[in-house]
Amino acid sequence: MLIPHPLLGLRDSSEFTYLGDAALLDRPDGMAPDAATRFHDYVHLRDNPAGIHRELWFHEQGDRSWLIVTRNTITHEVLSAELSRDAMKGGAA
Amino acid sequence: MRNGVEGESILQLILLSGNNFDELSATVNILSVFDKYLPKHIASLTIRTGIRDGRSVRYSGLRVIKEALTGHKGWQPIWRNPDPQPAYDYVIVGGGGHGLATAYYLAKTFKQSRIAVLEKSWLGSGNIGRNTTIIRSNYLLPGNEPFYEFSMKLWEGLEQEFNFNAMVSQRGILNLIHSDGQRDAYRRRGNAMLLAGADAELLDQGDVRAMYPWLNFDNARFPIKGGLLQRRAGTARHDGVAWGYARGADLAGVDLIQNCEVTGFRIEDGRVRGVETSRGYIAAGKVGVAVAGSSGRVMAMAGMRLPIESHVLQAFVTEGLKPVIDGVITFGAGHFYVSQSDKGGLVFGGDIDGYNSYAQRGNLGVIEDVAQGGMALMPMIGRARLLRIWGGIMDMSMDGTPIIDRTPIEGLYLNAGWCYGGFKATPASGYAFAHLLTTGTPHETARFMRFDRFERGYPIDEKGMGATPNLH
Repeated sequence: MLIPHPLLGLRDSSEFTYLGDAALLDRPDGMAPDAATRFHDYVHLRDNPAGIHRELWFHEQGDRSWLIVTRNTITHEVLSAELSRDAMKGGAA
Repeated sequence: MRNGVEGESILQLILLSGNNFDELSATVNILSVFDKYLPKHIASLTIRTGIRDGRSVRYSGLRVIKEALTGHKGWQPIWRNPDPQPAYDYVIVGGGGHGLATAYYLAKTFKQSRIAVLEKSWLGSGNIGRNTTIIRSNYLLPGNEPFYEFSMKLWEGLEQEFNFNAMVSQRGILNLIHSDGQRDAYRRRGNAMLLAGADAELLDQGDVRAMYPWLNFDNARFPIKGGLLQRRAGTARHDGVAWGYARGADLAGVDLIQNCEVTGFRIEDGRVRGVETSRGYIAAGKVGVAVAGSSGRVMAMAGMRLPIESHVLQAFVTEGLKPVIDGVITFGAGHFYVSQSDKGGLVFGGDIDGYNSYAQRGNLGVIEDVAQGGMALMPMIGRARLLRIWGGIMDMSMDGTPIIDRTPIEGLYLNAGWCYGGFKATPASGYAFAHLLTTGTPHETARFMRFDRFERGYPIDEKGMGATPNLH
């Protein structure tokens, strides 16, 4: 799999480490009254879709940036990649 | 004669009262020779004894000789291909190893009836046909080890139990040790295994050298210092396991329904009423889901999110070679394990690819990683040519341990989260799931494999990796 890094172009996926669903960027409020339940769901439960999946990849053997990669989990087709800091800035994560 | 409920003749009652292939084998072997002289209705009433429609379906040495002398014309399909009934007491979703084993033990051991297995493709078309066939019970934690040892004991009696050659071969598994720290860890693991009634031996370098003199003992990074050996571990014929359970379940009256994909659950007032399928609605008293890598998408149809990610694991087999490895060797530090099939191919693998996937195939990076591990351990493997590479979809749980439990939806039960270790668990998984479905309480060896263990703070994390499915 080749990941189209927004700054470095096509990079082999073996340069990256994988964290999982990009929903992990959306951390629950630890001060909320139901924080324990929300953190359980956040840490342990996954949508695990067969199809389009937005996910976090860390360019560990490269520029050490975090990317949000949109990928098809049935075909391994990589549809897009963006810097997670840009996505966070836009509030789209 | 279905489900053993219509008592008609004395002969039938005698035959059914045993309800056990083994006790009746002598009778059946005699009947199988003379069955064409028996009144048709008597012979056809005795499915559970190994005779169907006047023909013996029981396997034995005598049977092989009889078929050899008669041109092998008596072999028949070993299970029916029924259409679904409108309703069942038990519907098992998933006709793989675990689903078939569940149906088998439900009917055979727990004496339940009106059971269906729904399979979207053909029986055994998932991970039971795609794994590297290793059976073992060398776990550490009390939530795991008794369960896997229970499974090992079931493996040891399996072929007699279901009268099918699953080629269970207790050729031993050797986990290699490379450092003092690893030896301590394996000594602890071995002791945990012994406490759970399993077998374990700690080997020094000389012992390992005597077993496998051609291993690379002087690797600069991972010199081999010893190993943990479980002699009762080994391999089994993976497809044979599926076929044996399927045949046994079918003979016990289970409907094995192929090409029948579950497309939804009918849930009313928090209780499951049945399943929507590609072959129509099927009502069910209880529904058990055992679909491994597809767990996420099947349970999503019941509105549930699981502590599971689906990942791809690759496996490899070389061309057939002369016998060189008579056991299973694992090189955990190098992400590599290997055994040799009875056909001569070296069967090996390594880590999962590490990203969510439903593709049943992986990427080149892991292929290189596995090949490098193999070269580091046994440089001669570089001369072997690869015949096949394939991938299977693993239901990787958040702590590396499975779930066999009820769900918040009444009547809906889940068997999932097997990671890359589902094959060895097949017998115990089926037995424990059947126990849960029948009694409503967990089997004693599976009582820690709860759905709510993450919420309650009791994960069963062999490697201590935390909620990172791709590292288990």
